[in-house]
Amino acid sequence: MSAASTAPRAAGPVAPDLALRGRKVVGGVVEGEALVTRDHISGWGGIDPRTGTVIEVRHELRGQSFAGKVLVFPGAKGSSGWSAMFHTARLMKAAPAAFLFNEMTTKIALGAVVTHAPAMTGFDRDPLDCIETGDWVRVDADRGIVEVTKKNNRHAGGQARARGERP
Amino acid sequence: MHLSDEEKAMLDGRDGPAVQKAMDLLVRYGEALDAERLVSTHNVCATITSTTPFQRDFARAKGGMDAVFSEFSLDSQEVVPIPKFKVFTSHLQLGFDPAQPERMGLDEQTVRFYERSERHAASLGAQIMNTCTPYQVGNVPTRGEHCAWMESSAVVYCNSVLGARTNTEGRESCGAAMLTGRIPYWGYHLSENRHATHVIELDVEVESVQDWGLLGYFIGEQVQERVPVVHRAGGIARSPNLPRLKHFGAAAASSGGVEMYHVVGVTPEALTLEQALGGKRAQEVLRYGPAERRAAYEKLNATAGGSAEIQYVMLGCPHYTIEQIWEAAQLLEGRKLHPDVQLWLFTPRAIKDLADRTGYTRIIEEAGGVIMSDSCSAMSRAVPPGTRAVALDSAKQAHYLPAILGVQAWFGSTAECIDAACTGRWQGGLQ
Repeated sequence: MSAASTAPRAAGPVAPDLALRGRKVVGGVVEGEALVTRDHISGWGGIDPRTGTVIEVRHELRGQSFAGKVLVFPGAKGSSGWSAMFHTARLMKAAPAAFLFNEMTTKIALGAVVTHAPAMTGFDRDPLDCIETGDWVRVDADRGIVEVTKKNNRHAGGQARARGERP
Repeated sequence: MHLSDEEKAMLDGRDGPAVQKAMDLLVRYGEALDAERLVSTHNVCATITSTTPFQRDFARAKGGMDAVFSEFSLDSQEVVPIPKFKVFTSHLQLGFDPAQPERMGLDEQTVRFYERSERHAASLGAQIMNTCTPYQVGNVPTRGEHCAWMESSAVVYCNSVLGARTNTEGRESCGAAMLTGRIPYWGYHLSENRHATHVIELDVEVESVQDWGLLGYFIGEQVQERVPVVHRAGGIARSPNLPRLKHFGAAAASSGGVEMYHVVGVTPEALTLEQALGGKRAQEVLRYGPAERRAAYEKLNATAGGSAEIQYVMLGCPHYTIEQIWEAAQLLEGRKLHPDVQLWLFTPRAIKDLADRTGYTRIIEEAGGVIMSDSCSAMSRAVPPGTRAVALDSAKQAHYLPAILGVQAWFGSTAECIDAACTGRWQGGLQ
């Protein structure tokens, strides 16, 4: 991880606690607070695109919003309306800042593309095991690197800062 | 991702800005999937029209129907003029039945905007089938045909029953496919991904439409998005017909994400168990016997209980076939609905026309029920006013409706649903 730790840092004074390598799904660089779930996420019937809130009954994130967060989850499930719901969430400014996930499907691939959020998969270690809700995460999808600052070591964080995203 | 010269020319703008935007989206999507290349398709099924106030306001603010298509069907922020579709395109179901707006509590403005949107889609070349079952009304792909379809219950039917090849596409990838005739060559387009991973050994006979829904609901939960093959030693006594396989696939795509299945001796890529498995060993062998059947039934009736009073009976998920309408009409003939119950039956427009001509619509209406089209209660979020409990013969609808509308669902056979419609009470039970 020498490349990451010697690169000029914009994230703040705290060095990351760990780094993951993975494959770019959608390019771009962004950082933000992690929202982590072990439940798959449904688009249509699973989220409210106006607020980015998970609405599925019995989902562990029910009632929580992913707007502006780095969403860490196993993958997509449910209806073919997945991409359209996340697309609408982007237009309503309630989309996640980034997607980190394990299982590649057409739903998540197209959904990430139309959300215009940096997205990665195929990690060298399971992000569900090493990223927790509240950690500060820097996603450099272009270089295939995710840097994680554990929530205990975080300085007072601000808003997600996005660079190099598609407009 | 490799692009052919033809595809490069589309990406370079030879065919105009809309085709260029479509190819740009397919490249971004194909690279996200890590697909090697694109594949030609001549068959798209998608939602194109607009039914929400958000889209209506978007059209008003950004420049009309081309702006809506650019953003929602091509992921293009630049408004590009949309040319006629290159590919045969079928329109899927929508968020309401525009022919019966008062029943669904729709305002005039929403219906007017939809009609404008429908005219626009039709003028570009979309077939206004407005159903989740395009394979019932003129779009029946053949074995090996590469398709770009949305709608999970249609995708699983297309792959499994027809032997055609599609992934679960979305609105934007279908929009791009309509204009380019291309879709990423990934997933179920490749033979090696179509083999079964899980064997389901039947220890009970699976015969009725309800039986096939219960089996599908069990399997989806067990295998999630993997590929099951159903096998019964000595063969399946009654080969399942269209309503059975339609119900089975929709159920498996609701409790799980099944996009492809095999039934040995029935579906085209499973003449034998070995063929379905592609010569490989199964990852897992699961048994389906009386206990599993009962467990699936109880999960589908998890929200049921209490007084067993029913206010609403919904039939037609996925959209009813003419055979199912014929059966419902026979069950209803000469009877009357209970005064506190409404019955809505959903089918494609073309089949409603057939039901009108054959006299089934009259029988159902004389009993107090109605035939509707284009949508269903889960899609429209519309049920009759005062509905607290619904009777359903669809595992898919029983899975979604309590979550979407907070109503109680009773799942059973069509005959039990019609008895509930006529008595106002659920009196069914697993046979």
